[in-house]
Amino acid sequence: MIIEIKVPVVGETISEVTLAKWLKKDGDLVHRDEILCELESEKATFELSAEQAGKLSVVATDKAVLKIGAVVAKIDTSIQPEEKKEEAKPETQIPKPETISEKSYATGTPSPAAAKMIRESGVEINSGSGKSGRITKADLLAAIKNPKEKLETKNPKPKTRAERREQMSSLRKAVSKHLVTAKNQTAMLTTFNEVDMKPIMDIRNQFKDSFKEKHGVSLGFMSFFAKAVCNALQEFPAVNASLDGDEIIYHDYCDISIAVSTPKGLVVPVIRNAESLSMVEIEMKVAELAKKGRDNKLSLEEMTGGTFTISNGGVFGSLMSTPIINIPQVAILGMHKIQERPIALNGQVVIRPMMYLALSYDHRMIDGKESVTFLVRVKEQLENPTHLLFGQDPMKYLLDL
Amino acid sequence: MTQYDIAIIGSGPGGYVAAIRCAQLGFKTALIEKYNTLGGTCLNVGCIPSKALLDSTEHFHNAKTTFQKHGIQLENLKVDFIKMIKRKNEVVKQTCDGVSFLMKKNKIDVLTGVGSFVDSKTISIQNDKGEKLEIQAKHIIIATGSKPASLPNIGIDKERIISSTEALALKEIPKEMIVIGGGVIGCEMASVYARIGTKVRIVEYLPNLIPTMDKDLSKELERVMRKLGVEMHLGFKVKEVMRVDNEVMVSAEDAEGKTHDWSADYCLMAVGRKPFTQNLGLEKAGLKTDEKGRITVNENLQTSVENIFAIGDVVRGAMLAHKAEEEGVFVAEFLAGQKPHINYNLIPGVVYTWPEVAAVGNTEEELIKNKTPFKKGSFPFRASGRARASMDLDGFIKILAHAETDEILGVHMIGPRMADLIMEAVVAMEYRASAEDISRMSHPHPTFSEAFREACLAATENRALHI
Repeated sequence: MIIEIKVPVVGETISEVTLAKWLKKDGDLVHRDEILCELESEKATFELSAEQAGKLSVVATDKAVLKIGAVVAKIDTSIQPEEKKEEAKPETQIPKPETISEKSYATGTPSPAAAKMIRESGVEINSGSGKSGRITKADLLAAIKNPKEKLETKNPKPKTRAERREQMSSLRKAVSKHLVTAKNQTAMLTTFNEVDMKPIMDIRNQFKDSFKEKHGVSLGFMSFFAKAVCNALQEFPAVNASLDGDEIIYHDYCDISIAVSTPKGLVVPVIRNAESLSMVEIEMKVAELAKKGRDNKLSLEEMTGGTFTISNGGVFGSLMSTPIINIPQVAILGMHKIQERPIALNGQVVIRPMMYLALSYDHRMIDGKESVTFLVRVKEQLENPTHLLFGQDPMKYLLDL
Repeated sequence: MTQYDIAIIGSGPGGYVAAIRCAQLGFKTALIEKYNTLGGTCLNVGCIPSKALLDSTEHFHNAKTTFQKHGIQLENLKVDFIKMIKRKNEVVKQTCDGVSFLMKKNKIDVLTGVGSFVDSKTISIQNDKGEKLEIQAKHIIIATGSKPASLPNIGIDKERIISSTEALALKEIPKEMIVIGGGVIGCEMASVYARIGTKVRIVEYLPNLIPTMDKDLSKELERVMRKLGVEMHLGFKVKEVMRVDNEVMVSAEDAEGKTHDWSADYCLMAVGRKPFTQNLGLEKAGLKTDEKGRITVNENLQTSVENIFAIGDVVRGAMLAHKAEEEGVFVAEFLAGQKPHINYNLIPGVVYTWPEVAAVGNTEEELIKNKTPFKKGSFPFRASGRARASMDLDGFIKILAHAETDEILGVHMIGPRMADLIMEAVVAMEYRASAEDISRMSHPHPTFSEAFREACLAATENRALHI
């Protein structure tokens, strides 16, 4: 019997996908559930596997754009691949040859030249490519990327005026359409503020080791920001709303979209009900989503929805930017690089680790007062971490003002 | 007044190597030497001339004792001692000239005269004509080395009661020589003269020859030196050394307190060396020496005065040319902002007797004292095909390896050309090789190096192949 492998339904809004890559060749004998190819939609990459075992005949070509339900391949089940057999163990086991990664008392012993380079460069290196993990001079040269070599580039690239023309990927196309829509159909503007990060950095320095030990994830800045944002969103429901035509949808929950950079481009997975998560839970969720993003394992479900977005351009070194709203949301918070700057504090010039914050918002929905106060509230909480506990100044909270 | 980045006082292997490395690193460098030839003790009256005489006398000794067995007939075999000394002088001259050339090549200013501190940054240099010159340097390296030591109340007259310096430039072959001290210099000089017919006695205070080395090496060296005809008086305390005309009388006390008297035409004092800082004006730089006459330095060889460093025999550690060289390079690189390191545990020691003695790392005695669990393996040269062919059947190689990890902790060898073979052990130990690692490396056949591998096999699991 010949069965057809079709593009499955991957989401309500998705009507076509691109065949990113064939992993099997035409004529291959495939087992059931073996992965045949990778498909790319506007939002994610997913894999297509064989429903039955048999001989594969390829229908769609690489990079083809396919409608949902289109036939990708056919499998002739009358021709069966050989059963995978448990490999019979030979009577006498042939020992594996010693590998260089074998650990011993000498693992991490640097050669004399490597030892000098370690002391001078401050490179941290625990094992090397030498016998039993000894560290060789070559390991250090690779680790340091000798600046001398950089300076003396012997063959500078010849001047070129060549150009390349490539199809935009589905993901890129979707992103571009989405962003232009946001620009054209909203009344977007940005308000700025700055945060003295010292209090949070102090907390982080104090607890990061024990936090990591106890929970297995690092204590980052994201949990502080997410917490502060959720508190402020609950105070200013308009910032947490979304627009659907002429109707406003208010959300009683805070689903925070986190912009994550992946090899394929920007994706925005969502932390659901962030307002009711603890800091630990937020960090764990962020770590999980980021890893999935890097491995292209994010599901559509994980990327849909969201009531507010946090974008951190600071990880790449951005000092200030105006983020674009992730429509139909109405606001987005931009985090930036922490940089030591002199600031005036109680009449004194002091040097503090400062970060600029940017809040882009849809002026149709949010007034200047709300947006600015929202951002001030976020700033206050970050600069006074005790506020994070109560969502506002603890004095006001406790005195019920 | 000429300004230098770095001035180095003393042109021995520590000083001149430091100067070259300083120049390589771009420092304006001056090298100050009181003698007219560069190279210090090592080149002029130490390592190099002693090796020249050791080689010459070993040739004679072989001609006399083994050539016949090899099938070589010689008649009227005799030593032309004056010629032997002359050849030694030529070797020394060539080597010293080589150092002068290296100074020119590296554009190092050689300033001849006695250098002494005016203050911590100024040195005055007075030559033998009484002319004075003053220079200033940002950094100063003291590399003034050492001089032969003597025993209390025993003066070296340089004629009959001599130090190694005179022993390398005698005008006649002594009939009898008493060598006080059974260390490296004592054993080497005793070998030189015993081979060419001098009746040699070694008087050593401690119960072993080369007392700082592994006891098994001491015992084997004692055996081969007795075979050479050297009389041993170990565990003897020298009470008196007295010159009477052209004779020297030595009296010493054995372990039981019995006094022994000997006479000889020469007495060599080989009881070690003492750091040399005379006329250096250390106090003007704000420096002092410790109770042993050494200049105190920190782990970066820096003295108590920030811009002054000291290296080689004048500071703590073994008095060895190659140790001084390492320290010279270290200071130059340290001043250039680099972060060098010296592994003092892996500085090899060598005695140029025949068979040669060489060692690196811990001795068996040290491992027992440190309670380090260890195993040992050794291999005698009488089981080596190469040694049989060359008639070098004395000696052995002993490997000490960690009982659990098999890491080589000490290598002790006595045998033919061990001075060169010890480097295999140094390289292995710098990379923390195990005894089995060496066992699994191909060693060329037939060579003396096979004995090293066999000793490692013996240390690994007592599975030497050829014994």
